[in-house]
Amino acid sequence: MDNDVTALTIIFTEFYYWVTVVFMFLIHVGFCMYEVGASRRKNHMHTLMKNTMVIPLVTVTFFFFGWWIYFAFPNGPGIIEGGLISAPWAEPWGELMGSHMGGTPADSATFTPDDTAFWARINGVFWAAFLLFSWTAASIISGAVIERVRSGAFWIIAVLIGSFTWIIDAAWGWHPDGWMVRVLGYHDAYASGVIHAIAGGAALAVLIHLGPRIGKFRADGTPRNIVPHNPWLITVGLFLIYTGFWGFYVACNIPIIDVQNGDGVFLSATNIYLTPTTLSAITFNFLMSLAGGLMGGFLISRGDAFWTYSGGLCGVIGASAGNDLYHPLQAMIIGAIVPMICYKLHYWVERRFKIDDAVGAVAVHGYGGFLGVVIAGFMLWGYPASQKWDAVITPWGNFAGAIIMFFVLGFVPAYIAAGILKAFNKLRVPLEIELVGLDLSEYAARYEEEDDIIRAELEAARAAGVLR
Amino acid sequence: MSTGSFENWQGNMLDIGPLYPFVGSEGLMFIVCVAFWIFWHVAQWRMEDSNFSDDMKVLKQGDNLQRALKGEKILRSM
Repeated sequence: MDNDVTALTIIFTEFYYWVTVVFMFLIHVGFCMYEVGASRRKNHMHTLMKNTMVIPLVTVTFFFFGWWIYFAFPNGPGIIEGGLISAPWAEPWGELMGSHMGGTPADSATFTPDDTAFWARINGVFWAAFLLFSWTAASIISGAVIERVRSGAFWIIAVLIGSFTWIIDAAWGWHPDGWMVRVLGYHDAYASGVIHAIAGGAALAVLIHLGPRIGKFRADGTPRNIVPHNPWLITVGLFLIYTGFWGFYVACNIPIIDVQNGDGVFLSATNIYLTPTTLSAITFNFLMSLAGGLMGGFLISRGDAFWTYSGGLCGVIGASAGNDLYHPLQAMIIGAIVPMICYKLHYWVERRFKIDDAVGAVAVHGYGGFLGVVIAGFMLWGYPASQKWDAVITPWGNFAGAIIMFFVLGFVPAYIAAGILKAFNKLRVPLEIELVGLDLSEYAARYEEEDDIIRAELEAARAAGVLR
Repeated sequence: MSTGSFENWQGNMLDIGPLYPFVGSEGLMFIVCVAFWIFWHVAQWRMEDSNFSDDMKVLKQGDNLQRALKGEKILRSM
């Protein structure tokens, strides 16, 4: 912060990420509205609280260990040399994980004044941007499992995915020095795989153990449509998720950095891999892939509101891996095709494997994210994956990456965790409670209070002589 | 006397590092907060089990389950 340009750049970057965090908060508002709208009246409060408590639990655990994992794990499980990387600015007991003026470090054995000058301004907002990605990853699973999962079980899975496995995948494949970038040329600029595929894979794993809601399937195995109680709430929720998605996209960029490799200075925005892109490019592509998704979702679902809105989301997710580089017309076509495939896959998997995904999360996020990564491997074949490392984007590199995201870090850990919870009979609520509704406790207590108040009112009316 | 590592804003800003009080206690605060997080999960499990147990007791009495399924009010005190 010792010259004007550096100071302005750092403070602009700090403000930039802060704004993205505020926008991304709307994703969670949208998820809450969407899930409550999709649940039946008897499960509203449980559904709301299940998703709400993701916020504190993932926040504190992401502070405790998630942020450190991102910087410490890029070398992967022994795939490239180096092991764990030292990241003292991300250690929860370090002074830079707190309010800091950026001047002389208290712990001068660990930090230099340059460390504190930079990280004091950036650490909190950068941490928060990643944290909001973490909430999103956990919330995606939340929607799929509504109306029968135990909250305590879900929150453990939420912490596992939101503060542990997704951030490992980010260290591996969403970091300029991640081993997947260096070895596979993995490219996933706006997180088709690193957020959506991993969360979708985890949701599928939990659903396998959890089983369908009572009544979802007839005796002959054909599915019933458990109608959302409030389609308006769902659609407004999805609108809010779209709005928050702007913040998500912008938070995946570094806003201003010198990208010139020698020979002067060229300031530009970059993606998370520190390769150049522009906010204009991603604005074009976000909107065109959203438009394609809405159109594709409308066509394939014959104008069903739920799937049209979900198609818009799926369209963006399907194009996200390459939306830093695609042409808007390419983003639109990919955005239209991916949700059509995912819609078909959703119903095929539902019929074939009796998977009850209440909000289509596995399809929209899991299959959509997986396909998005695979498509980017073909579309961007031969592009440099990094400015720093000699790595090239290929179909096989991105296909391997999609497998790692969906299965290795998404499906497998969640399958193990849900299996353990199920073995202890802690994954699903008791049958009677599910039948009557998960809000029984809430309503039982409320009814007691309501009856008590009515009695008090009647007594007051009699005492005043207005009622005999 | 200050719980922080500076006592006024008059000096050179480059000399000011951490803004929070009790610098040096971060490790202890970390242990306390992690313990609270783990305790929270344990307490939540117990509360959830207890709620389910209370609800099941009510539902198993008489025809309460059938009445609840028909949408009638079911009270804990029933």
